Amino acid sequence: MKELIWLLPALPLAGFIINGLLRNYLSKTVAGLIGSGAILGSFIVGILVFQQFLVNPKAEVISLSYQWIDVLRVHIKYGFYIDHLSAWMILIITGIGFLIHLYSMGYMAHDEGHNKFFAYLNLFVFFMLILVMGSSYLLMFVGWEGVGLASYLLIGFWNTNDDYNNAAKKAFIMNRIGDLGFLLGMFFIYFNFKTLDYAPIFAQANMYQLNDPVLVTIALLLFVGAMGKSAQLPLYTWLPDAMAGPTPVSALIHAATMVTAGIYMIVRSNIIYTLAPHAQTVVLVVGLATSIFAAIIGLKQNDIKKVLAYSTVSQLGLLFMALGVGAYSSAMFHLTTHAFFKALLFLGAGSVIHGMGGEQDIRFMGGLRKKLPITFFTFLAATCAIAGIPPLSGFFSKDEVLLHAFMENPAIWVLAAGSSVITVIYMFRLYFLTFSGKFRGTEEQAHHLHESPWSMTIPLIVLAILSIVGGAMNIPAIFGGNEWLHHYFATVIATPTHAAAHGHEVSHGLELGLMGAMVTLTLIAIFIVRNKYVTKGAVPEGEEQQTGFIRLVARKFMIDELYDFFIVKPLYLISSALYYVVELRLIDWIVNMAGEGIIALSRVFRRIQTGNIGMYIFIMVLSIVALLALKLFVI
Amino acid sequence: MIVDSIFFFLSFVAILCALLVVFSKNPIHSVLYLILTFFAIAGHYVLLNAQFLAVVHIIVYAGAIMVLFLFVIMLLNLNAETEPHKNFITKLIATISGGLLLVTIVGSFKAAAQTGIVSFDNSNIGTIENLGKVLFNEFLLPFEISSILFLSAMIGAVLLGKKKLV
Amino acid sequence: MQEIIRGVPLNYYLYLSTVLFSIGVLGVLLRRNAIIILMSVEIMLNSVNLLLVAFSAYHGDAKAQVFVFFIMIVAAAEVAVGLGLMVLIYRNIKSLDIDFLNKLKG
Repeated sequence: MKELIWLLPALPLAGFIINGLLRNYLSKTVAGLIGSGAILGSFIVGILVFQQFLVNPKAEVISLSYQWIDVLRVHIKYGFYIDHLSAWMILIITGIGFLIHLYSMGYMAHDEGHNKFFAYLNLFVFFMLILVMGSSYLLMFVGWEGVGLASYLLIGFWNTNDDYNNAAKKAFIMNRIGDLGFLLGMFFIYFNFKTLDYAPIFAQANMYQLNDPVLVTIALLLFVGAMGKSAQLPLYTWLPDAMAGPTPVSALIHAATMVTAGIYMIVRSNIIYTLAPHAQTVVLVVGLATSIFAAIIGLKQNDIKKVLAYSTVSQLGLLFMALGVGAYSSAMFHLTTHAFFKALLFLGAGSVIHGMGGEQDIRFMGGLRKKLPITFFTFLAATCAIAGIPPLSGFFSKDEVLLHAFMENPAIWVLAAGSSVITVIYMFRLYFLTFSGKFRGTEEQAHHLHESPWSMTIPLIVLAILSIVGGAMNIPAIFGGNEWLHHYFATVIATPTHAAAHGHEVSHGLELGLMGAMVTLTLIAIFIVRNKYVTKGAVPEGEEQQTGFIRLVARKFMIDELYDFFIVKPLYLISSALYYVVELRLIDWIVNMAGEGIIALSRVFRRIQTGNIGMYIFIMVLSIVALLALKLFVI
Repeated sequence: MIVDSIFFFLSFVAILCALLVVFSKNPIHSVLYLILTFFAIAGHYVLLNAQFLAVVHIIVYAGAIMVLFLFVIMLLNLNAETEPHKNFITKLIATISGGLLLVTIVGSFKAAAQTGIVSFDNSNIGTIENLGKVLFNEFLLPFEISSILFLSAMIGAVLLGKKKLV
Repeated sequence: MQEIIRGVPLNYYLYLSTVLFSIGVLGVLLRRNAIIILMSVEIMLNSVNLLLVAFSAYHGDAKAQVFVFFIMIVAAAEVAVGLGLMVLIYRNIKSLDIDFLNKLKG
């Protein structure tokens, strides 16, 4: 297997290079096939790798390493480290990545930047694979920055629009703040462990005391990185803006894979977090707060992609909450099902936008059920999955997360359940407004409405099937399942020698009761939403018509304006002060004086250059004599 | 001893001719004296058992380089009348600084205090066989690179000699 | 009555080379004709060659002679290009007087 590992990142990289260099010469079909084929190849290799771990749960970690940085006392290696976790992530990235590439062939067919788009997508997959395959935090960081770059390029893909460019810059800068935390975390790790490789770090971490300041600091700093990349409070504002990119990008990067990098990092370093419960508490609180906060904002958004974006933020918050209570394998389970149904939701939204000719406002949609049957069916499946209607995938994964929350503390369960119910409300609001009722768009749009081509519907169908049956991976014991995924990850989730015991066991009865409560709440919520938007046919108003708290929600709690006022404006002030005083008065003066001084000196010294060659030779000979004499008499 | 006499004779010829190169008014004479100097140096090479080098020296310098010099001088029609001269002061300063250089270098050698004797009996190092072995074993790469140098010099000379530079 | 070692002291060669080298330098300094200057440079090169060969014989090592070889190569290349330049200069300023070549003046 080791011999094939390099193919995993190499194929997307090759796709990027070919599509990138030959983008003006390849036809769209060829470029699309190269891009998709590269990811398909990686997916096949990924399956082969995964199969090893599947057949043999105790399979050894595949690791390759080579010397990278070797300066003085700093020795850093680069290499691949593939265990159960990486193999799982590789499957998600390349599998969903391939479906989305396929989808993009249809979605981007009429875009002039089609070939460039595929080059960027391949670049993204390459860096994402580096991120999950790397054998050290430094290599993870390389992938981390790489996906940030790909994300930047793709958000600003339609770069003739200034708003889109600003969204791209915002995403990049927000991520930088998180990356600073990650970097500091790495420095801390290197300072304390003298290495950045996973294996030795995890081995040494075990020797620290519970809640050792070192581990808590590292865990918190790494979590700051995760906050940026996975869009948690307070660094989440870039993700809704990132919807400026083409919809397949939103599906692949800003829903299914890149934003889960933070989750991956914490699961990867789970031993550090388990040994630092204080940090875990922070993760828990931030995750829970983000989950509720973003869900509330999602209630009043009218842009189909914005709703999904806030839903993503909210679900990521739920995942961090799960990590906060130490339910790592449950988080991975929900991450996987979330990747299925959220990618599906975005792709479905893309299909709707495609059919509507670029319209994104749900107030002008409605009644699309008949015109877009496949999109309708798959979107419904995904909505039900995210709402947690049994027996769809979301039910099992969300329920498991909630169960772990309850085991930690019932209060957390109440809050998380509240966030879930809000999720149900805004998702069904979105669904009903889009697919039920009457069409509210223009005549022209109604005429233009059409189902998407097969290359777009096939990924939808595949993802719908996965969203429906995905829960089978980890059926809990009370339904006669054997919690397969939980066992699969057992080797990755370390059980430290002196970790604090989390929560308490709950009885089957209570577990069933919780499920029942959730399902009941979900159904009630759906009924209320249906009553409002279908039976009464209400159409939400624009934010201008809203008042009070509702308007505040519709305007996203003015967080962007707050950041603008408290951070951006003062920064501009400081910058202009620096510019007018330090730059113009001081630095320019020094630079100009240096130049003018040299000009003045040259005016004197140019006299030496007589241009007489005989003179030059004469001076040369005298200099030789002087040198020899110096050697002879002085030294 | 006879070798000593040969050494002194050759040295005398070399130095005399070299001085004549510098001081003769007519460039043609300078070239001819230079050829004589080269012959004297070739004689030294033979004396030092560097027979191959002596032959190559004659062929390259006397045969090729000096002929080139003669051609150019005749082509440009240089002679004693057109020869420019420096003024007396410049000449004096030049001579003094040349003498200074001589004195300093000799002084340096004196300080180094070499006392060895150059043997004329070591007859096998300058043979073609021995030289070829050294050249094509240790110095193969420089040898090949020098061929590139030659090629570029040739192209450069041709390019410079063309009527109009392209 | 044959001598044990036939040869001359190394110093003789050192002095001979020095004298030849100094004559070359003198030529460069004294003359204004570019071709004579080029010839003086040849004398200097040859004085060094001679010294190398002398040391080669002194140490019994053929490497020095190989260096002479390379110096000859460089000298030949230099003369070819140098004379090409002379012709070009003469074509342009109708003279080989280096005192006219003062375009390097600052």
